[in-house]
Amino acid sequence: MPQVALTVNGKKVTVDVEGRTLLVELLREKLGLTGTHVGCDTSQCGACVVHLDGTSVKSCTMLALQAAGRSVITIEGLAKPDGTLHPMQEMFREHHALQCGFCTPGMVMSAIDLVQSHPEGLSEQQIRHGLEGNLCRCTGYHNIVKAIAAAWPLMHGKAMPAAAE
Amino acid sequence: MYDFTYQKPASVADAVKLLGADPEAKALAGGMTLIPVLKQRLNKPSALVDLAGAGLAGISVAGGTVRIGAMTTHATVANSADVKKAIPALAKLAGGIGDKEVRHRGTIGGSLANDDPTADYPAAVLALGATVETNKRTINADDFFQGMFTTALESGELITAISFPVPEKAAYMKFPNPASRYALVGVFVAKGPAGVRVTVTGAGQNGVFRHRAMEAALQKSFSQAAIADIATPADGLNSDIHAGAEYRAHLVGVMARRAVAAAG
Amino acid sequence: MAFEGIGASVRRTEDQRFLSGRGNYTDDINRHGQLYAIIRRSDRPHARIVSIDTKAAAEMPGVVAVYTGTDLQADSVGGLPCGWLIKNKDGTPMAEPPHPVLAVGKVRHVGDPVAVVIAETRQQAKDAAEKLAIEWQDLPSISSTQDAIAPGAALVHDDVAGNVCYDWHLGDKEAVDAAFAKAARVVRLDLTNSRLIPNAMEPRAAIGDFDRATGEHTLFTTSQNPHVIRLLMGAFVLHIPESRLRVVAPDVGGGFGSKIYHYAEEAIVTWAAGKLARPVKWTAERTESFISDAHGRDHVTTAEMALDKDGNYLALRVQTLANMGAYLSTFATSIPTYLYATLLAGVYKTPAIYAEVKAVFTNTVPVDAYRGAGRPEAAYLLERLTDVIAHDTGLDRVALRRQNLIPANAFPYQTPVALQYDSGNYQATLEAALTAADWNGFPARRTAAAAKGKLRGIGISTYIEACGIAPSAVAGALGARAGLYEAANIRVHPTGSVSVFTGSHSHGQGHETTFAQLVADQLGIPFNQVEIVHGDTEKIPFGMGTYGSRSLAVGGSAMVKAMDKIIAKGKRIAAHLMEASVADIEFKNGSFSVAGTDKSKSFGEIALTAYVPHNYPIDELEPGLEENAFYDPKNFTFPAGCMVAEVEIDRDTGVPSVVSFVAVDDVGRLINPMIVEGQVHGGVAQGIGQALLESAAYDVSGQIVTGSFMDYTMPRSDDLPSFKTGNEVTLCTHNPLGVKGCGELGTIGSPPAIVNAVIDALSEYDVRHIDMPLSPQKIWSIIAAGPKRRAAE
Repeated sequence: MPQVALTVNGKKVTVDVEGRTLLVELLREKLGLTGTHVGCDTSQCGACVVHLDGTSVKSCTMLALQAAGRSVITIEGLAKPDGTLHPMQEMFREHHALQCGFCTPGMVMSAIDLVQSHPEGLSEQQIRHGLEGNLCRCTGYHNIVKAIAAAWPLMHGKAMPAAAE
Repeated sequence: MYDFTYQKPASVADAVKLLGADPEAKALAGGMTLIPVLKQRLNKPSALVDLAGAGLAGISVAGGTVRIGAMTTHATVANSADVKKAIPALAKLAGGIGDKEVRHRGTIGGSLANDDPTADYPAAVLALGATVETNKRTINADDFFQGMFTTALESGELITAISFPVPEKAAYMKFPNPASRYALVGVFVAKGPAGVRVTVTGAGQNGVFRHRAMEAALQKSFSQAAIADIATPADGLNSDIHAGAEYRAHLVGVMARRAVAAAG
Repeated sequence: MAFEGIGASVRRTEDQRFLSGRGNYTDDINRHGQLYAIIRRSDRPHARIVSIDTKAAAEMPGVVAVYTGTDLQADSVGGLPCGWLIKNKDGTPMAEPPHPVLAVGKVRHVGDPVAVVIAETRQQAKDAAEKLAIEWQDLPSISSTQDAIAPGAALVHDDVAGNVCYDWHLGDKEAVDAAFAKAARVVRLDLTNSRLIPNAMEPRAAIGDFDRATGEHTLFTTSQNPHVIRLLMGAFVLHIPESRLRVVAPDVGGGFGSKIYHYAEEAIVTWAAGKLARPVKWTAERTESFISDAHGRDHVTTAEMALDKDGNYLALRVQTLANMGAYLSTFATSIPTYLYATLLAGVYKTPAIYAEVKAVFTNTVPVDAYRGAGRPEAAYLLERLTDVIAHDTGLDRVALRRQNLIPANAFPYQTPVALQYDSGNYQATLEAALTAADWNGFPARRTAAAAKGKLRGIGISTYIEACGIAPSAVAGALGARAGLYEAANIRVHPTGSVSVFTGSHSHGQGHETTFAQLVADQLGIPFNQVEIVHGDTEKIPFGMGTYGSRSLAVGGSAMVKAMDKIIAKGKRIAAHLMEASVADIEFKNGSFSVAGTDKSKSFGEIALTAYVPHNYPIDELEPGLEENAFYDPKNFTFPAGCMVAEVEIDRDTGVPSVVSFVAVDDVGRLINPMIVEGQVHGGVAQGIGQALLESAAYDVSGQIVTGSFMDYTMPRSDDLPSFKTGNEVTLCTHNPLGVKGCGELGTIGSPPAIVNAVIDALSEYDVRHIDMPLSPQKIWSIIAAGPKRRAAE
């Protein structure tokens, strides 16, 4: 059986996998990181989004072996070791951006990528468009959009440029 | 998924060798289409040959040509300052493929080799008169697309890069399928060295096609008015729960006019 | 410390674990020695099973067992029961054909489970399931609601004549006929209420476990009501006594009704785990969910309103054909009857109403409650009909509503369709919504939109719903086969902290927060001293779970009753300690005091005394401080409100965009306004989904066309606007908190508001009605036909 060596949430791991093992299966079933969810089988829902070398990817549409030698961050790896939440997690809580919590890990990972990749700021429409790859059935997205806008200044350490708002 | 052997060669030559040695092996680019297909068990390759290590990613601009390596992701194309400057329509098209997670993994070579009739890139490649480079030869865009999911690629032939001549102006307008967000109708309009080209993706039963009537009209006058009265026949267009052929035909006109307006 | 009692928008307790990836959903659970089940399902809509050859599958690597319907039958496994018996007009019972756990003899819809393969790994089970050789004999099938009753239609169940499950009615036919006879005008509308697929983001999953030492079965399942599953599966399907069957519904990723029902897979894994003495896990893939989760809605209706010359509603006549799908799902039969026809008065004082509902079988996935369940169908009918009346008569649609609303001084108000509304103020929510939406300023916005080439429209709906279905005795008289109370157990610990064991179940509603606020507030203790326990039949009292926006109105009321007992006992302990009469003890802000003195004991001191009863009235009072309560409501609760939507349509493409949405609701007392607002947002999003995007479609051959997210349009963030919400409060008069419920109103009020807005936007084309979803293609075809050319339908 092939082996894959990669870094997950800062820890180096080496795991036996099949060729067909998906990254999400590696995370959930081999490493017990069940925070990453599977909500569909057509790469649409985004519940499985993780960061691969700092960018968001759908872990259900990637083979575990494709992640060899790379660094994966999951929802479990976001908070500081002392439990302090990432600003995005904090803003999701503050703005009631989650209900059942199932889409939440993927939504948070996707949102962090969105904010990081827009240092120039994000308008409401850009946030809404940027969440195209994540489905939520509970919140109607209203509070998710608010939470992401609120996380932007915390992540960039400055006020959102007025033009973006 | 059925199980398979995973291989990651370090060069195109090695990849070709692996694929040549096993007729049941398949090349893996970004995997954004292939992996979902495998998950549905619609395909049973013996091996996947991952091209990620074959040195095929990268963008260069020289002599009025934008050359994009086959394994360059949609996100890289969308965010490339060079592409944005040379062919902003191409960057914009890449930035509208799938969602951002798909764009982080999906590649131009994978998209073209797959030739999904609802994919965006074929419209750009055909409209811009691009050249598809493979490990064996170069193929003109006009010869490359041969109906849906069918290209001129032979077995053991891999796309290595795509070269786009920089057009005078160009724009792409997409009407997405409301559910899948693939192109229900996408129209790419370009005015370049080869004249005016108008290509349509998503709508045709045989994949991407050139809209000759609009090309002729725009050749005379590159304006919305020039194509305002050109009707697109519904014959040969796709029909599904989201859009019948008549509606698609109408949308081709709307998207084309908007693309002309955006191209300026 | 910030105020965390009733009325505070306390941030949710459960978020910490959900946000850090520590939620515990069913598929996150793995049991030692676990096997994996894959269900082989029918890929044909209607066929006889000639034979199933399991040999090749059974010989595949890792396969432990292969079972078919015959194996279950041989083991006396029962069929899946229906929980509500509806009687026909003539008093005879509905047709109730068997619903086998695994198909026997015939399959009746694409997705019907045929066999289960159990193997060491999921992939092995999947590999083997493909090797099952099934010989079919295809039969003619019925894929649309109307086709079910066509003459000579194929029969879904051989012994159900005409595919009719029941032919039921409600109301006073004679009074309605008389009113129509003298009406100045009758307005008729034919409409469908589209078929929807709930698509909670967590796919269903189930794990059966069996303890050989104790003989106890455990089922972990994605359920909204673990006790209901234990009752139905234990008593009717697997014949396991309650003492040997534990059902755990851990964190559940959304339900919207679809996780109320007892599904075949729950019985399969529980039974198989017992047979194999190993845990068996099944997790749905999303495409499997599309053909195995109960769908929602699917009505075909004709409605007629009799009016006097001034536009006053005289009588309403409704005929509805309701699709049950291929089998009766758990509560399917009650939805188009007692949750639909009883709501046909809406917020209007229509004096006479008569509804006829025919439920039919088709070769489609079973249909049951989906968020709103019957009430969205009623509201959609009434609010579309009202706009069509305005269209046909030329009356103003807001004035028409104002004139027909039940007045605020008419409560309690007895409707002609069995319900008695206890409280409400429909004028207040209407006026507040009109103000919030700047209804009067709309013409200017329409003009501005026209300048951009957009068609702008505004739409309104005034709606009511009925929550917390009750009381049990009445429901029972109407055919319910279950009670509709809720249970709570409140355990005060020696230090004064509290554990609350509730029969309600949270799958996104935030009970761990709202209930804790309620209990903390009533007992005068800190919020963080209250723990909410739910979802495990081994821990909680026999409760009915969460659906129909009942948790706070019914479950919360049970907690209040239990707390009343705690406080009463606390007063007796306090009286003893302070040597006062029980009648003189007052309980306020967490403190027991003697009236007119400065003597008091804290809640914590009383709790400690109860468990360390050294100085205690032991002869009259048991030690300990723990109380149970079961609360059976006296009536439904009746949230109501008004929603106003504005849309803009791109003339070239027909694409509608929702540019503004206002919801002003009366949900009674608010415990946590933030959570209520979130419930409204989510419901409105699903309602907009139904109005514009979502629809389950079958082709004539019986195959589902919208079988994945590639074809079934789920609302995404860029399909929706931000919402404006508001509240008007009238208290429920018959429950202790005055609460009404808020879970479903979004899906009830929003579809007609959106459809009315789109049709208003198309006013220059003289459109009377368009069936949902209002897709760009449908809208474009109207625009393409040109102004005023379309004949009135």
